[in-house]
Amino acid sequence: MADITISHLVKTYPGGTERATDDVSLDIADGDFTVLLGPSGCGKTTLLRMLAGLELPDSGSIAVGGKDVTYLPPNKRNMSMVFQSYAVFPHRKVRYNIGFGLSMAKKPKEEIDRKVAWAADLLQLGPYLDRLPAQLSGGQRQRVAVARAIVMDADVLLMDEPLSNLDALLRLNFRSELKKIVKDLKTTTVYVTHDQSEALSLGDRVAVMRKGQIAQLGDPLDVYDAPADRFVGGFIGSPPMNFIKAAVSGDGGALIVGDQRLRAPSLLQSYSSTDVLLGVRAENVAVDTQRSSGDVPGTVLVVEPMGSSILLTVEVEGQTIKVQAPPTFRTSPGATIWLTFSPNSMRFYDSETAMALVAR
Amino acid sequence: MTTTQTKPLAPQPEVDTAPLKRLRRDRALLQAACIVISLFMLVPIYLISLAALSTRESLNDFPLSLLPTNLSFETLGAFLGSTGILGAFGNSLIVGIGTLLISALIGIPAGYALARFAFPAKEPYQLFLLFTRALPIVVLSVPLARLFLTVDLYDTTYAVILLHTALALPTTILISASVFLSVPIDVEEAARVFGCTPAGAFLKVVMPMALPGLAAASIFTFVMSWNEVLGASILTLDHRTLPAQVLTSLADSPLAYRFAGGFALVIPSIIFIAFMRRYLTNMWGSTIR
Ligand SMILES: Nc1ncnc2c1ncn2[C@@H]1O[C@H](COP(=O)(O)OP(=O)(O)O)[C@@H](O)[C@H]1O
Ligand SMILES: [Mg+2]
Repeated sequence: MADITISHLVKTYPGGTERATDDVSLDIADGDFTVLLGPSGCGKTTLLRMLAGLELPDSGSIAVGGKDVTYLPPNKRNMSMVFQSYAVFPHRKVRYNIGFGLSMAKKPKEEIDRKVAWAADLLQLGPYLDRLPAQLSGGQRQRVAVARAIVMDADVLLMDEPLSNLDALLRLNFRSELKKIVKDLKTTTVYVTHDQSEALSLGDRVAVMRKGQIAQLGDPLDVYDAPADRFVGGFIGSPPMNFIKAAVSGDGGALIVGDQRLRAPSLLQSYSSTDVLLGVRAENVAVDTQRSSGDVPGTVLVVEPMGSSILLTVEVEGQTIKVQAPPTFRTSPGATIWLTFSPNSMRFYDSETAMALVAR
Repeated sequence: MTTTQTKPLAPQPEVDTAPLKRLRRDRALLQAACIVISLFMLVPIYLISLAALSTRESLNDFPLSLLPTNLSFETLGAFLGSTGILGAFGNSLIVGIGTLLISALIGIPAGYALARFAFPAKEPYQLFLLFTRALPIVVLSVPLARLFLTVDLYDTTYAVILLHTALALPTTILISASVFLSVPIDVEEAARVFGCTPAGAFLKVVMPMALPGLAAASIFTFVMSWNEVLGASILTLDHRTLPAQVLTSLADSPLAYRFAGGFALVIPSIIFIAFMRRYLTNMWGSTIR
């Protein structure tokens, strides 16, 4: 167990023109579960592999537990890792696979046996210890990979999209199981995923990455609730956050969306007469078939029943947004409905830089 | 299902079996072709074995019996007992195994490097590897014979081993490179993360996974060495390998001797292939069927 300090890490692959990680700095506290989240190709795996020592940075440094490990070979780092492709050893039994790291560390046989039994029990692999990986299902193979990683007492546990090769139901089950296992383990964990729901559900902290840089770092709920920029809001959440072009009135007291005027929060006092982007999540828009004060009219374009809710695509003042309505709400394409934006859940972004506005 | 039962079935068009018949006919023709080709290969081997295991007299019988009616080891025994044959047999084994070991020792690391690393002039290197095979063996052997004469290696099994290694290396390197390419790199990386040195990861994880493919490469090497005649004849006088020995004495020997020689040449490589086949198939539950 140890904390991690990543500072100014730059990596460009040979032959590549863009930086795979572009001056990334990140502090991870001892025992924290940090998720690196971002679209494919944003440099998550590269960052993780540099932590593991499988890739060397061009510049910058990595320290684990106060000791520099930037250029240390992987076998000297006392880390363990779960690979996206499982990467179990196909020529050896499950038992050997799980105990591999311990036997490489020349631990006594009783200790290996005890820990293998413990991990196998935890991951429900007991009946399969004497099988070869080829005789297991994909989900079981990934369990072997996780068991192999958790027996290690490593300083840091690294996981690169460990659930992405599993089918949807299995992924959901294993996700909560994994969360419990890692929580009990109390090992510092860095987890890579491109799946925002996985990131929100697992992480103590989420680092949203974009083009080799960290766009936002924070609590999962903070990142979801108050995205630092348009990219983060659009990437996190399903459906993504709505962004509506709006303007602040000359006195700063009203928000103008098309022909409609909404009451502006005090934050916008200092942004009078500027164009802004209004960010609002689908579930923070209330819908009604009747008009009441402060409502904005919209035309329903698409109705998608999702089971627990109904997802509406609505045109408001020439802009298309997604709105989440209760399952009892009845409407049909072409109908006019009335939308209410709750003031506390509105977020505002600069119309040019797409960064969140701050009070000034 | 219950709702469809109440509905009357739509009239079905009649089943057209013509495509099925065509499929069956094509399969039968394919089978026949396989049998003909197999016979073309197997009958000569059978006839040689039969002749080698028959008495000398029965070879002159007419009509020749095609069934093993009077088996005898007399011919074979005479062949094996004739001067130089047992020694040549031993030389062949030494050369075959020596070639196998040295070409594996050099070729497997080279193949690994080709598979895993990017290095300058990688493409030209691969092409250059094949150049040795582009030169006829005679062209290679004569200068080699001179060279070996000056360094006192002429007429030794080492000389032949060196020549055969040179001949086998291109295939050993290229086959093992493609074998290593098929070993996933993240399995190797997992071994590194879990505490292996590069050499440890190679020996504990990569090699066992590559073994079936490497066995195939070694079959190639051994059989090539066992069957190579020309170079072996040029580089040796008294330490001939079996095919070289048989070849030199073939012209002035009785018919029975030739059959026994042919038999003795075929059998060991068949045994070797049968033995290595075990490594080719049925590895870690993923049998090639
Ligand atoms: N081995 C490699 N060689 C060259 N470029 C690479 C290599 N691996 C990744 N890249 C590039 O680096 C960038 C980041 O990749 P990666 O870290 O794998 O992204 P992610 O895991 O977030 O999908 C991508 O543009 C990718 O094309
Ligand atoms: Mg990745």
